Amino acid sequence: MLTKTGAMSRNPAEHNRQLAIEARGLVKRFDDTLAVDGVDISVPEGAIYGILGPNGAGKTTTLRMLLGIIDPDEGVRRVFGHDRPHEIAKWIGYLPEERGLYPAMKCDEAIAFMGSLRGLSLDEGRKRGRELMENHGLGHAIDRQIRQLSKGMAQTVQLLGTLVHKPRLVVLDEPFSGLDAINQGKLEGLIRDLSEQGTTVIFSTHVIHHAERLCNDVAIIAGGRVPYAGSVDAARDRIPAQVRLETRNENGEWRSALPDDARHDTKSGGGHFWYFPIPDSGIEALLKRLIDGEAGILSLSIERAGLHDAFVEIAGEAAARALEEDAAEAGR
Amino acid sequence: MNTSGEASRLSLLQAAWVVARRDFKAILFSRAFFIFLLGPLFPFIVASLASGVGGQVQREVSVNSIALVMSEEDSAAILAARERAIGTMDGLPEMVVLTPEEGEEAEAVLRRTNHAVLLSGDLENPVLTGPHIQIHRWDGAVSLMAAMATGSAPTSFPQIEERPLADTAAAARSDRIRTAQAGQLLLFLLMMLLAGMVLSNLVEEKANKVIEVLAAAIPMDAVFFGKLFAMLGVSFVGIAVWGSFGGALFLLAGEALPDIPDPALGWPLFALLGVAYFAMGYLLLGSLFLTIGSMAATVREVQTLSMPVTMAQLVVFFLAAYAMTSPGSPLEIFAAVFPLSSPFAMLARAAQSPDIWPHILALGWQALWVALFIKGGATLFRRRVMKSGKGSGGRRGILGLFARKQAV
Repeated sequence: MLTKTGAMSRNPAEHNRQLAIEARGLVKRFDDTLAVDGVDISVPEGAIYGILGPNGAGKTTTLRMLLGIIDPDEGVRRVFGHDRPHEIAKWIGYLPEERGLYPAMKCDEAIAFMGSLRGLSLDEGRKRGRELMENHGLGHAIDRQIRQLSKGMAQTVQLLGTLVHKPRLVVLDEPFSGLDAINQGKLEGLIRDLSEQGTTVIFSTHVIHHAERLCNDVAIIAGGRVPYAGSVDAARDRIPAQVRLETRNENGEWRSALPDDARHDTKSGGGHFWYFPIPDSGIEALLKRLIDGEAGILSLSIERAGLHDAFVEIAGEAAARALEEDAAEAGR
Repeated sequence: MNTSGEASRLSLLQAAWVVARRDFKAILFSRAFFIFLLGPLFPFIVASLASGVGGQVQREVSVNSIALVMSEEDSAAILAARERAIGTMDGLPEMVVLTPEEGEEAEAVLRRTNHAVLLSGDLENPVLTGPHIQIHRWDGAVSLMAAMATGSAPTSFPQIEERPLADTAAAARSDRIRTAQAGQLLLFLLMMLLAGMVLSNLVEEKANKVIEVLAAAIPMDAVFFGKLFAMLGVSFVGIAVWGSFGGALFLLAGEALPDIPDPALGWPLFALLGVAYFAMGYLLLGSLFLTIGSMAATVREVQTLSMPVTMAQLVVFFLAAYAMTSPGSPLEIFAAVFPLSSPFAMLARAAQSPDIWPHILALGWQALWVALFIKGGATLFRRRVMKSGKGSGGRRGILGLFARKQAV
């Protein structure tokens, strides 16, 4: 897999998989604004792929270029090997960030219309639309007009319209925004089901835990650049595992066993937490010194870095802060 | 799941059809369309009532009289025959004896006076001079009265010699200009009434964000084509409804309607070309309006644009209307070639010239420009409007086209 710098992926197994999407050096300018600056992405077929970054990072522009809604100023994109994504429109389903349906249409008609844009006959689309709505607990709303639905229901109808023609690739732009926790859970389940059926899913998000829970691979995007594209595991492995130590005592001879820059937190009940990388001498030597020095060990664990830590490490604190603010804003 | 075994996209026409079908149905089955259909009928109804009354007045007052330019004896005999017939027959014309000035032609006499036709010759060989329609209206009555005057009725009736007025080439041409003017005016009125709707056509998709779904699935050219053809279809429905009322009006108004001379290509072909030029004119103007409207960020901007757009329509119409008076002149050729005025100019030609090949050429030329306008509009739309996520891109609207770039 190619990264921003053109280096190959850390995961050699992906090398052998067919790519659903391959983009190299995508650049897009709007007037004097450089929206996307040399993005490289490779999405293996059947993968769940996340594009993770704060608002304004270039996620939507990247997706639009991949879908052929806009053309890149520089670089190449290939979707299932095609340079022009419209040529394979029937294989793609797309849920845009700003949801859009005709308010006067009935639900089954709306789904059928979206299918007809991708080559499905209206009759077949209506039939499948009704089935999909029944299967997703919206059977009672089949004959309702879109304008009569709640926002969440309308969003679900649009998602079903995205899937009605059984696409090979599903592109979802911020699919979780505007959904309550229950519907977010349902959507996660749906994405996993799609992937199990062999459908490639690529979605953008500014909520790290969605990407962390769902994705095999992510592209971290900030300021129009992709500083990291690869597996979630590889991203997390970029940061050394941390030791999390809880002690009864705060001071003593044992403290010399801890690194100077170990982070210290005090628990309200009196315990003390210490966070630091695994020492070069190893965990066993550390344990021995702590016991001999009577630190009063309450717990000790080795914690692997999360995707959030990886994001901070890769994209920088400013981007991470923006991401958290966006997530908080979306949650309000 | 979709596989590569089948065509992996819709063709441009199929995609345009999907959009057109949706738009056409959505407009046709909306309440607003019903009001749209009824709107222009109010003036029609008022006009039909007015022209019904006017027609009656016209029949009773002005065009009911025949000028007699015959010998004294013949005039007296035919007047006496009329007196005898009037007791048993309704609807006989008034008859007024005229003495032409020396050397005055029948046409000049008719122009000077206010009679439907002029009856000359003698009772054996009566001659009717006047507009074609009036000759046909009165030839039966005149033949009857002439036969009564000679005493030959009811066994034989004299053959009426007809001298329609506009039978010289110059007169025919002059009359056909009126047909051309009428055709152009009708075309212009329909375009004014219908093409403006296209301006706000993409605002719905932009407002409810459907545009992104469309843009991702099918080429923007297909969206433009589909929307234009849907509106053209809607326009034809409107024209069919209004045309039916117009037909009723025609039957009601009768003679109050102006007498429009036959176009050079004949009425069926002229009507067919009228439909074709309306379609082309609509698509040409509509593709421009659609592009302009699609650049607009708000409904208010669309409304603001309506006025200059209407002015532009007027300019094009005046160009074609002015050029029509001198067929073959550089100005007329320019009007026929310039895409936006071409349908108007060519319809005027259809009224004045019997050649068919320029129309085939012109329709092809206009179709080419429709395709170019749509391609250009769709490209501009993709570049200017489909920019980025929330709060960016096309929100600047059409004013963004004129904005100066900021220094880097």
